[in-house]
Amino acid sequence: MKTFSERFSPYLFVAPFFVIFAVFGLFPLVYTAWVSVHEWDIAGQGGFVGLDNYVMLFSDPDFWNATCNTIGMLVLATVPQLFCALVLASLLNQKLRGLTFLRMGVLLPIVTSVAAVGIVFSQIFDRDAGMANGLLGLAGFAPIDWHADKWSSWTAIATMVNWRWTGYNALIYLAAMQAVPRDLYEAATVDGASKVRQFFSITVPNIRPAILFTVIMSTIAGMQLFTEPLIFGQGGFAISGGSLRQFQTLSMFMFEKAFRDFDYGYGSAVAWLIFLMITLLAVVNFLITRRSR
Amino acid sequence: MRRLFALATVVALSACGAPATDDGTTLVVKTFSQFGYEDLYREYEASHPGVKIKEENIGKLGDYTPKLQQWMQTGKGAGDVVALEEGILVQFMAKPDQFVDLREHGAASLEPNFLPWKWKQAVSGDGKIVGLGTDVGAQGMCYRKDLFAAAGLPADRSDVGALWPTWDAYIEVGKSFKGAKFFDSAGGVFQNVLMQQGDHTYYDTSNKLVIDSNPGVREAWDTTIRMVEAGLSANVDQWSPQWNAGFKNGAFATIPCPSWMLGTIEKQAGPELKGKWDVTRVPGDGAVRGGSFLAVPKQSQHQKEAAELAKFLTSARGQTAAFKSRNNFPSSPQAIDDPVVREFTNPYFGDAPVGKIFGESVKALKPVYLGPDNIAINDRVVNALTAVEQKKLTADEAWSKAVADAQRLVK
Repeated sequence: MKTFSERFSPYLFVAPFFVIFAVFGLFPLVYTAWVSVHEWDIAGQGGFVGLDNYVMLFSDPDFWNATCNTIGMLVLATVPQLFCALVLASLLNQKLRGLTFLRMGVLLPIVTSVAAVGIVFSQIFDRDAGMANGLLGLAGFAPIDWHADKWSSWTAIATMVNWRWTGYNALIYLAAMQAVPRDLYEAATVDGASKVRQFFSITVPNIRPAILFTVIMSTIAGMQLFTEPLIFGQGGFAISGGSLRQFQTLSMFMFEKAFRDFDYGYGSAVAWLIFLMITLLAVVNFLITRRSR
Repeated sequence: MRRLFALATVVALSACGAPATDDGTTLVVKTFSQFGYEDLYREYEASHPGVKIKEENIGKLGDYTPKLQQWMQTGKGAGDVVALEEGILVQFMAKPDQFVDLREHGAASLEPNFLPWKWKQAVSGDGKIVGLGTDVGAQGMCYRKDLFAAAGLPADRSDVGALWPTWDAYIEVGKSFKGAKFFDSAGGVFQNVLMQQGDHTYYDTSNKLVIDSNPGVREAWDTTIRMVEAGLSANVDQWSPQWNAGFKNGAFATIPCPSWMLGTIEKQAGPELKGKWDVTRVPGDGAVRGGSFLAVPKQSQHQKEAAELAKFLTSARGQTAAFKSRNNFPSSPQAIDDPVVREFTNPYFGDAPVGKIFGESVKALKPVYLGPDNIAINDRVVNALTAVEQKKLTADEAWSKAVADAQRLVK
């Protein structure tokens, strides 16, 4: 017969997480949903409007523009990043001089603050005095107004994200690679497989769970991209992400509606749609993971 | 033992949470940017024993506004006196009940102490006095004396002012100017031209959106477009790092400067450019851009004391002191005519008689009604102008976009 404390103390031990989650996670989520079905402005709660905010959102070109920008930058920032991380990890998995130093080195960008990265890269991609345009000039190209076009602003912002996160992903891959049995490589070498062939036929399939993990994490982070484009935007109305909203992400759009236009109901509707999109992407990722088992 | 510990905790916690003690009143004043009230607080504390004043300042207006919304919305944190910038005041005027009606604290008799239009801005439809005016963003034109001299133009401020009686004349000077871009950004100039176009801008006085039918808005737009098409704009967003650096590195030779911008210019251009920046009259008939008010939120626990403090800070004497401290130009006619203000010169700007220059600009002014979403609409219009500067839209496309965006925003 278990005593009272034996039976209930485990629940007590896990309770802090659930209490904190309920207060700071669940409640805001539900409350945001409540706000999103109301007309809610600076002066407080207005009337109940049902799904009007959502209906309006679906016909708002700025919302779809932000969705398109977010997904575009997500692809530009994730695909090259994970590819570079893979290559980097396999290089770090070799026997090199100063291996610990190199491994620590790739992790350095992640300890840099996002704001600092944003500021430095915004200077590099400055139109008039930026290093990127300086280098293009040396190669004989005309300077680019990085803020003016979608492709150029996306490139600049994706560069910041890639610079910051490639090393982190490389270390995750490296950890996974070190768990791959050495004898597989030895057998492949005996069979005459090249290093490149070994990489694609042994390494990649064996670290597949790690790759899926990084894809999911990068997707979630990419859907919430905010600080880098905001700092890149600069000026008084930076939250619009460029004169024609060339690089306004969904998070920026939400922030603009809620805290710039003070349309809290509409902003909450945007927040909920971001949540649903991330959930959708996570479910898709989960299904792929399960099938691959 | 446990009870003693609990008691000690309660005592410690209550000590943190209760700044006001029985023997006095602490008034919290919420401000943004710089109001220049430090000396006034000390004076007030000396003449009002038992009253302590604590200013809580947030540097950028853009950071202050959402915080202010939050305080007003939740009914907590707004303190006893809040600063309201004129663009945000309009939104609060729709719900005046969040603030103490200062008429109940004898403010009605103060009307002659303020420029009439400034007074009216903070009086609600049913006659409540929501706020009292502090400063007005009197308009001037700042320019780089050394760049003007190098371009073979007159550099003395009265000669420079005579070069541009109108904005068209300003454009002609700009076309012949060599050595730098003529002004910083289309968005900044546009706002200054717009504030000279009659008594309303994007809204009429009944809060109807008239952006596409008000000839003044179109006039300001067309004037600005002519400047952009003449290649006069440096195309650096106001308040961006490039803009800050531009004051120092000579990216632009002129900038329309409301009185509150002089502090920004001095800070960004730095001591080595002292005397190189100067200030003269603005083209056209003067104007204001920006300016603030003080109000007492209903949530204040010391409404009576707070109202007295607001009256003191916004008095002609208070405004004169703030002007001397931070160049915030007064909205009180008595202060404007005070010799201290009229004869005040700014040493950084080559001893320019800023009191006189801005005073003339303010007196020539007709009041401008702004309307509820004026800030958000202006942001969209400025973005459209930037797109023209970037050559991403033609002037006509940009105009249609600005109008459509404004209409969608207002619904």
